[in-house]
Amino acid sequence: MTNACYVGIDLGSTTTKSVVLDDCGAILGRGITNSRSNYDVACEIARNEALIDAQMSRLRNAFGGHPVLGEHAKVLGPALERSFRWRQHVRQLESLSRFCFEFAGDSDDLQNVLVEIVDEMRNEADSLYSGLAGTHRQSEFFRDIAGAQFQRLAEQRASARTLPYDTIVGVFDRAIIKVENEEDDLTFEGNAQAALARSLARYAKTTEEVRDAAQQVMQALLDQPPEVRCSVGTGYGRARLPFPKSQIRSEILCHGLGAHAMFPNTRTVLDIGGQDTKAIQVDGDGIVTSFQMNDRCAAGCGRYLGYIADEMNLGVHELGPLAQTSKRHVRISSTCTVFAGAELRERLSLGEKREDILAGLHRAIILRAMSILARSGGVEEEFTFTGGVAHNEAAVASLRDLIQENYGERTLNISPDSIYMGALGAALFAKREADQVLAGDETAAPEAEATA
Amino acid sequence: MSDEARDIPKEPSMLRQKELVGGYFDRLSRAREDGKKVVYTFVPGNLTELLAAFDVIPVLPEINALQSGIRKKSGAYVLEAEKLGHSEDVCTYVKSDIGMLRTGVGPTGQPIPEPDLLLLSYTGCYTFMKWFELLKEQFPRAEIAMLHIPYQGDGEITEDMKKYVSDQMRNEVIPKLEKLTGTKYDEDKLRSHLELSAKAEDDLVWVWESAKNHPSPIDGYFGGVFYIGPIFTAFRGTQAGVDYYRLLRDEVEQRVATKEGPITPVGQLNEQRYRIVVEGPPNWTSFRDFWSMFAAEGAVCVASTYTRVGGLYDQGFRHDPTRPLETLGEYCMGCYTNLELPLRSKLIAKYVKEYDADGFICHSVKSCNSFSAGQLLILRDVERQTGVPGGFVESDLVDPRYFSPANIKNRLESYFQMLEQKRAGGARAREARP
Repeated sequence: MTNACYVGIDLGSTTTKSVVLDDCGAILGRGITNSRSNYDVACEIARNEALIDAQMSRLRNAFGGHPVLGEHAKVLGPALERSFRWRQHVRQLESLSRFCFEFAGDSDDLQNVLVEIVDEMRNEADSLYSGLAGTHRQSEFFRDIAGAQFQRLAEQRASARTLPYDTIVGVFDRAIIKVENEEDDLTFEGNAQAALARSLARYAKTTEEVRDAAQQVMQALLDQPPEVRCSVGTGYGRARLPFPKSQIRSEILCHGLGAHAMFPNTRTVLDIGGQDTKAIQVDGDGIVTSFQMNDRCAAGCGRYLGYIADEMNLGVHELGPLAQTSKRHVRISSTCTVFAGAELRERLSLGEKREDILAGLHRAIILRAMSILARSGGVEEEFTFTGGVAHNEAAVASLRDLIQENYGERTLNISPDSIYMGALGAALFAKREADQVLAGDETAAPEAEATA
Repeated sequence: MSDEARDIPKEPSMLRQKELVGGYFDRLSRAREDGKKVVYTFVPGNLTELLAAFDVIPVLPEINALQSGIRKKSGAYVLEAEKLGHSEDVCTYVKSDIGMLRTGVGPTGQPIPEPDLLLLSYTGCYTFMKWFELLKEQFPRAEIAMLHIPYQGDGEITEDMKKYVSDQMRNEVIPKLEKLTGTKYDEDKLRSHLELSAKAEDDLVWVWESAKNHPSPIDGYFGGVFYIGPIFTAFRGTQAGVDYYRLLRDEVEQRVATKEGPITPVGQLNEQRYRIVVEGPPNWTSFRDFWSMFAAEGAVCVASTYTRVGGLYDQGFRHDPTRPLETLGEYCMGCYTNLELPLRSKLIAKYVKEYDADGFICHSVKSCNSFSAGQLLILRDVERQTGVPGGFVESDLVDPRYFSPANIKNRLESYFQMLEQKRAGGARAREARP
């Protein structure tokens, strides 16, 4: 095993994802961030996150196989990751604090409330990244975590007469945009030892021997940083990447290849992303043979669910479970993202239950996807569902029903990595490009050019 | 001239074409002073030679709409028509025309005279009939002549169909033109125009078929719309038309000899990575961007169905001076959108094979049912017949709101990359498995 790796970046309309593959083509790291209308920053952050994750994987493997650290690896690995995330969080919190005070103006009341809120958020940072909290929550984005805290704390301190809630939260809304557009310099190399020291200090079974061994393993890893041989970009923002043309791929090809890599018998792929829905047919080698996308209207895409969640004052991740509690579907005629709020309010005013409306909305989204699937050539065995919406169980349930009704029995594949499928495909293309360079094909572009 | 039109590098024939079209709009703007009668008619199945025989000037509303589109004026015209109550779903050629006519000037900014006669010579498009109903409302003094054209529902033109159409010409169209102009129908004059048509058609077919060369010396879709301009409009059956097509042929012959490609918005396309057949009309409001999306990927359009809406000359049809009215009837019935879907698929498949195309793309137009209805069926059918994958993009004719550059570019890039991937074969994909 070498330290060579290959990076795929999927610059989607909502989130930017990155996947790092090792020299054998196995997934080593994943990174995701919200695209925040700034693809340059989003790309950098997602790529950095994936590289950090890749190093974490290598470290976990090294700990696991180490004679002294082996028995501690299960605790130390996740602890180290939490320490790292905590450092990232605290760093972003300081930025947030700085911008909040900058935007608060001269109002003493507002400044005082912000001091309280920020202090409280600092106090809560530890518990957010404690062993009990785990490293995986519904959203790992700083915007979402800090936003939820800030709103809660603002609500407790707001006063309709002297300091309205909207005024306080308005400061956060402005500040978070600044925070998100700052480049993230929290690299693995620059922070790993400090994070390790924090984890070791908090681990009850840390001995001299464990400490030395862990630090040595870490140093060995740091001495051999990942060597990115090639990067390939895909997604709507791909034109922003400073890559030569050979390192840019359409997301159609990337989703096709990603799905094929995960599930080699895949013949039909459905990807419901933030802003478009794609139906892709691939052959036995993962080569795209046909595809269809929604037209310029984003009706029925992931963003639609985002609007619905906002309208219902819920998190996107809460929509599916709530819809699953429905006993009957309300028929929803429109999947128009713009009209989503109006349709929802009308149904509520007619006395329909929220879960029934949501069940209907999910079915409407999938009906639209069915039409795009039909246009692409139907649903063949096996069928792989990718994109963020593949994590929504209500959407998946509707899809299962409608596939069964229209095409009969089909194997439906959904990977826990479904959101990374485009980035995975891109990383596979990156590996292919690098392999071609090694094989002496001069038309392939090496990484040196790509990142220049 | 609009920025859009100015930016596109021009071949010499394109400059000549522009002069011709400009001269036509000049002539049209002076029609009243010159004592000429004006007949509004449509491009598919147009009876240009017959109109020339009566010395009247044709106005082609779709040409005005597309000219307004390419000059970026149609968006405002469409909105104007919507203010008058025309729905968002109505054909945008119609709405652009309705909006434009309210301004009193045509796409070049010169006046467009009111019609003396509304000559509906192709009924395969139902919208045409409704369009003329609207024009009749706007210009109540205009006469109407309607030529009902049977659809090729069974894939052929029968003797009965031919008789049905030529009878209508004798009994409906010609008497109305005689009444309008006070001139007796002169069949010899019509024959002489038809003779000139056939000459120009020979050269046009040669130009179209030059795209069978590698590299193709022409772009048979985007460049093709410049080439068909004169023969689609007022110049079929004229010496000016014959001269233009001779000039064009000479120009293309030169490029064949030097193995050069066509001039495109991104430069001369000598290195052609993909040879594409295109079905459906272009988008006019983002014409240059749309063309650039092909050319930037090294895609050259070797054949297109849109360039055949004014006549399937490459399939053997020629205006025949020995059978003047019959040949015009056959022309009307033979226009591309009057073909049943299997015939359209067969034709596209034939182009894919004969022009050695790597792929074909359907441009589905929101506005145009004549073209767009059934295109997905055509897509699958052509794929089956040729084994070549089809691509599908959607926009509109002249409503700028329906051209989504990011979406279209994404689809086209994906499509071209798909062709590349297929070309490279499955070996690389197998290697790339994790």
